Amino acid sequence: MAGDGVIGDNQVDTSRRVFLTTATAATGAIGVAFALVPFISSWMPSERARAFGAPTELDISKIDPGQLVIVVWRKQPIFIVRRTPAMLASLAGHDDRLKDPKSDDSDQPPYAKNLQRARNPEYLVLIGVCTHLGCMPKARFEAGFPELGADWPGGFFCPCHGSRFDLSGRVFDGSPASVNLRVPPYAFANDHTLVIGVSDVNQKGTA
Amino acid sequence: MTTIRRALLLACLLASGAATAAEESAGAGANWMTWRAGDDVTNLASLQRGARNFMGYCLGCHSLKYERYSRLGVDLGLTPEELQQYLIAPGDKPADYILTTMPAGDSATWFGKTPPDLSLMARARGPDYLYQFLKTFYVDSSRPTGANNLRLAASAMPAVLSELEGLKSAVYKDEEEIGSDGKVMKVHVFDHFEQLVPGRMTPAEYDAFVHDTVNFLDYVGEPTQAERRALGLWVVLFLLVFTWLAWLLKQQYWKDVH
Amino acid sequence: MAAPPVPPPASQVKPGGLRGWIYKRLPIQEFIAEQLTGYYAPKNFNIWYFFGSLALVVLVLQLVTGIFLTMFYKPGEATSFDSVEFIMREVQWGWLIRYMHSTGASVFFIVVYLHMFRAMLYGSYKAPRELLWLIGMLVYLALMAEAFFGYVLPWGNMSFWGAQVIVNLFGTIPVIGPGLVLWIRGDYGIADATLGRFFALHVAAVPLAILLLVALHLVALRQTGSNNPDGIEIKERVGADGHPLDGIPFHPYYTVKDIVGVGVMLVLLAIVVFFVPTFGGLFLEGPNFEPANPMSTPEHIAPVWYFTPYYAILRAVPDQRLGALLMFLAVALFVFLPWLDRSPVKSMRYRGILSRGALAMFAVSFVVLGYLGLQPAEGVYVVLARIFAVGYFLFFFLMPWYSRVDRVKPVPERVIYHDHH
Repeated sequence: MAGDGVIGDNQVDTSRRVFLTTATAATGAIGVAFALVPFISSWMPSERARAFGAPTELDISKIDPGQLVIVVWRKQPIFIVRRTPAMLASLAGHDDRLKDPKSDDSDQPPYAKNLQRARNPEYLVLIGVCTHLGCMPKARFEAGFPELGADWPGGFFCPCHGSRFDLSGRVFDGSPASVNLRVPPYAFANDHTLVIGVSDVNQKGTA
Repeated sequence: MTTIRRALLLACLLASGAATAAEESAGAGANWMTWRAGDDVTNLASLQRGARNFMGYCLGCHSLKYERYSRLGVDLGLTPEELQQYLIAPGDKPADYILTTMPAGDSATWFGKTPPDLSLMARARGPDYLYQFLKTFYVDSSRPTGANNLRLAASAMPAVLSELEGLKSAVYKDEEEIGSDGKVMKVHVFDHFEQLVPGRMTPAEYDAFVHDTVNFLDYVGEPTQAERRALGLWVVLFLLVFTWLAWLLKQQYWKDVH
Repeated sequence: MAAPPVPPPASQVKPGGLRGWIYKRLPIQEFIAEQLTGYYAPKNFNIWYFFGSLALVVLVLQLVTGIFLTMFYKPGEATSFDSVEFIMREVQWGWLIRYMHSTGASVFFIVVYLHMFRAMLYGSYKAPRELLWLIGMLVYLALMAEAFFGYVLPWGNMSFWGAQVIVNLFGTIPVIGPGLVLWIRGDYGIADATLGRFFALHVAAVPLAILLLVALHLVALRQTGSNNPDGIEIKERVGADGHPLDGIPFHPYYTVKDIVGVGVMLVLLAIVVFFVPTFGGLFLEGPNFEPANPMSTPEHIAPVWYFTPYYAILRAVPDQRLGALLMFLAVALFVFLPWLDRSPVKSMRYRGILSRGALAMFAVSFVVLGYLGLQPAEGVYVVLARIFAVGYFLFFFLMPWYSRVDRVKPVPERVIYHDHH
């Protein structure tokens, strides 16, 4: 150090110095942590996104049997299929070809954890996003559809990487996807109105 | 407005049971430029009344396009039912922005200009301006709307609150002033208002009405202001503590330096 | 006398583990030894010496808040204004990020002006630090450009008309003026094209330039070492260990002192951000809460306060072209200070009444012109603006004379330092 006592004649009070350094550093670190909150939180959905995340309503009385209707909820495509008795019958008998026939590993509300994966078997409600990497599957409702094989019972086929799902959205063996198509929360406000986004029509949903 | 029309209007208003004579207005108003709105943004009751006033008297022409009903409900402490019943316009949903139904093109034709959105008016002109604006309308037959305004001369806005405030005229007087060239000139200056016809409200009630409405617009200008100030206290205190610790640390080290 | 324990030279200590692995591959130890613990700064820094580090802190603040604003801001005539209100009302904590950025801009200029004034007080622009000063002037110019472009982005009515006035100034340049204005605007009036390019310049180009210039500024400082309030070159008196007698290691002494400065600045910044973000219309102007309207000029067009001294000079001159020229000159004159100043002495502490009076006149003129620039250009304001503009220019034009003839006091051999308690 410099020659003529610029630094330090008195004893360095090390313990007080360490204490103050620690205290200041700790307070500073707490401050930084608090300061990070606004920036990180700003990435959460804005009020506008949450408003658009509000439930979507749909009049289902116009849907023909066997028809697929696609609506948007939370920026995602939602498949609504009015299943015919034949389509419902096709659900049985191929559990051995499915990865998750009982939907144990898949994502659906409790009322959709059944064979039809629905509240009301006639109406299938699915999030139309492949559980592999997110492409939108195509409808292949015809049994025995040419490229899918004679034993194809009908369902959905994802064009990106070839995942296949049955008419309840359950994923077939051999697909890159590992779980069934997701079911969103939904409810019937009355016999012709489907509300997607809430399980209880009296709940306001995120506004 | 012709004398006959004025007399008829006077008769109608009196016949409909007008409020007590506005004795306070006579001679009042000379100091209108000093009127202050007062800062009352944390008074939820006032904001609620102001919101109701706005929906009743302003939403017909003016939008609040950056504010949602739902946010209003939360910030003003209203239940969803109260919000729906008292504030949400028919056909609108809680998540909607507060928009007027008046078509912009038509309003420009009717009034000469489109009534501006009011979301930021309290920030652009200040609450005092809005307060003075709503309290200095006066009868002026030379204007297409029949009214003029001291705060905003030749305002395109009609005196929509005259039902509540009544009608008043502006009385001018002649004064002498030294012009910029040093010569004495005669000027026509505003002296006081004269209440011609009382409104449904007493002056005190109308003043409270304007205060609440301006307060509400102050809130809409910056809905986060209450939160901002509340948080600010803690942030400043924390930073003071941190700075004090840093100061002690600095003192410790600088004992070495001579 | 027992000296406190001196840590062994950094290069002899070889930490193990992960740190050792990194140190072998990046010159971190050397950096700490040369730039922090091994860089000796004068021990007699006073309050005027905080503002450099504070400017650095504000730069980081502006970069971080600016990046986050860019995530939500949508440039475009139809979308800019709305997107700013979206940030203020609907983005979580958007209002705080916005206020930090708008307040930070003004704080940046307060800090930079005080930082520059320090250089004028203590002759920090004189040899061998002329280049340091010039680079600093480039930082100042870049900062003014950055602030100007940034102010247009919210697309409020003042944004629009401010851009209109400043861009039109370039039209006063002879011959190329009108063409230049058209080229800057990209359209026949301030429009989408203008907004788009100002956005790119504000968000990417000028910040990069500022970062580069600040880095050069620090390198130039390191090369010459810092000046000090006594204007003495501490490197001229070196102790037995090779370090300046009047110097102390930057780390820990100035790191720990600068943290206090940062704390004080953050307290003031927080008071403004949380309690008076518009600062009475000086930091966020009322007319800018109305969307840009090419058909309606605000009653008083004024630039933001940090430009108003130059704006007052512009308006003081009755001739448009001459006014613009003098305004640009007012900024440019700073560049020549190292050569206008003929004093044998650096610091005001040892200069005479002429230099001190001139500097005081400059400071008063700058502040008064700043105030006048905010007022309407009428009546007594114009007269005063002319008077103080003359005062401002005289500081520079007369400097070669008064700095040479002024009486100077003897400069001490060693810096004046009193123990801090």
